[in-house]
Amino acid sequence: MSDLFNLKNLPTDLKPAVVDLLYRLADDSILIGHRNSEWTGIGPILEEDIAFSSMAQDKMGHAAAYYTLLHELGEQDPDTLAFMRDAHDFRCCQFVALGNIAPDAPAESPDNCNNPTRDRLMAHGDWAISFVRQFLFVQADVVRNSALESSRYDPLASLCRKIRGELRYHTMHAESTLRHLAHGTDDSRDRIKKSFVYLWPYALGLFEATAHDQALADACICPTQADLQREWRARIDPMLADAGLTIDESVQPKFGGRTGKHEQALVDALADMQKVYRLEPTATW
Amino acid sequence: MVQTVLGQRNDKPGDPGYEESLARFEARIARGDKVEPGDWMPDAYRQQLIRLIHVHANSEICGALPEGTWICHAPSLKRKMALVAKVQDEVGHGQLLYRAAETLGKSREEMIDELISGKAKYSNVFHYPAESWADVCVIAWLIDAAAIVNQKMMAEGSYGPYARALKRICYEEAFHLTHGYDMCISMATGTKLQRDMLQNAINRWWEPIMMFHGPSDKESKHTEQLMKWRIKLKTNDQQRQEFLQKYLPKLFNLGLTVPAEWNLKLDPQTKEWTYAEPDWEKFIGVVRGGGPVSAQRLETRRLSHEQGRWIREALTAAARGQRAPMPAA
Repeated sequence: MSDLFNLKNLPTDLKPAVVDLLYRLADDSILIGHRNSEWTGIGPILEEDIAFSSMAQDKMGHAAAYYTLLHELGEQDPDTLAFMRDAHDFRCCQFVALGNIAPDAPAESPDNCNNPTRDRLMAHGDWAISFVRQFLFVQADVVRNSALESSRYDPLASLCRKIRGELRYHTMHAESTLRHLAHGTDDSRDRIKKSFVYLWPYALGLFEATAHDQALADACICPTQADLQREWRARIDPMLADAGLTIDESVQPKFGGRTGKHEQALVDALADMQKVYRLEPTATW
Repeated sequence: MVQTVLGQRNDKPGDPGYEESLARFEARIARGDKVEPGDWMPDAYRQQLIRLIHVHANSEICGALPEGTWICHAPSLKRKMALVAKVQDEVGHGQLLYRAAETLGKSREEMIDELISGKAKYSNVFHYPAESWADVCVIAWLIDAAAIVNQKMMAEGSYGPYARALKRICYEEAFHLTHGYDMCISMATGTKLQRDMLQNAINRWWEPIMMFHGPSDKESKHTEQLMKWRIKLKTNDQQRQEFLQKYLPKLFNLGLTVPAEWNLKLDPQTKEWTYAEPDWEKFIGVVRGGGPVSAQRLETRRLSHEQGRWIREALTAAARGQRAPMPAA
């Protein structure tokens, strides 16, 4: 294989593509971590509370590491990237920004803890949505991560090799929990199915190709999104079939996130996330 | 549970053989032996331990609430990860402690039901809201510090499963304390806004902190028996004093103050802090569910438990399914 790229020898014409890729990875990671951590302390059972917190922490750690790679390429420091950009600057898919609440939930929720997001989660939270999202995300994450372990951009490849071990636990958790819930009760099967139908078009948004798609593939930095999606489907299709979930192949993917077009969910998540930081952006907290 | 041939536990005063068993039991405690789940123990010892461990477990999962509220607002990647980790630990401690209490014969389901119904108590400090990010810093530093004073002592106690759970908990709490202190240092040495936020949080939290170790020795009704059976090794006032001696100087070093009405003074002779006595009637009102956010805390725990019902049912059903014999090929 041709020589590896690093900070020093990355061709100038490839740099915007690598930067874009890193933003997608970082922003996906921080948002899924943020959304999953909304359950920390109030998860529906203690064991899943702990599991979600632990995976949320891992994803926040991965986000910090990707932001650090961006910083090395001349972008701003990791905290500024996470806390000072607005929604239209984010390159995550819409899927990871969705709230943990069914779209048809009532608008009102009682004030319990002076935190509207958490109050809403307590009143109308739908952990089935959170879990099915986590399942679909982590399978894509592991496919993407293992492809990037041999990326020609070496700083990314070596980071992904470090991440591999953590993702193993995420997939184990996702697969065994899906089995249990899908083979549990009629109620649990229905909830999983309903969440899956709601989430599927958003999940396809994980693989929205950007303008850099082919250039990254040609340079052996990252496979095309179509290739990654094929691999993801090969992985999940048997598991979904086992869980009694059928895929509607005619569904239109929810694209837009990779070019900064987002739904209100991301605006809301960032308002929560950036609230204290922006009180005094120059302070050290 | 050790039972006699007659199916009686003989663990209450007046039961046949109780006095002899009690004497052997107390001799073991005096030697520093650990009591294990299958061992003979007085019913009163069992009940006191269930009560204590249950309250402790409840405090962990209710303690996850005020800080948990701020995870989504944590103001840096480092703080966000650390806070998730910390609250995750608290929930983990809850799980560990419910298990320790289960070794004494009470189920987690029963304990959570009693928490939600308001029958079982949890620590006074978690009946108060975390109003700002600085409250999270104060909780992580000073409340965890106060808890460590208590838990380090309890970790030397006579009941094996509780003592071992506490050893692990103390180990993790030590990280929380470092994380909390670090956050307070950032705030105290930061901008005026940050310093004011922190001082206001301390002003708000100082009363609950002074009450944390429980009523003064003059009023505490359980202490004597608990100390005899080495369930507890220090009195409430001793723990409070230890906390003040260790942490007040650090607090003052950061340029922070304690509200003047507490009248905190270091007695030059005894080297002990003297202070205005907390209002113990108020304390009792708070732990009985009359605190500023007591009702909301229980409502949150109830909703969380309700949301988990379908998952518990599914997991139980799936577990039953797995245990069923495989059909013949």
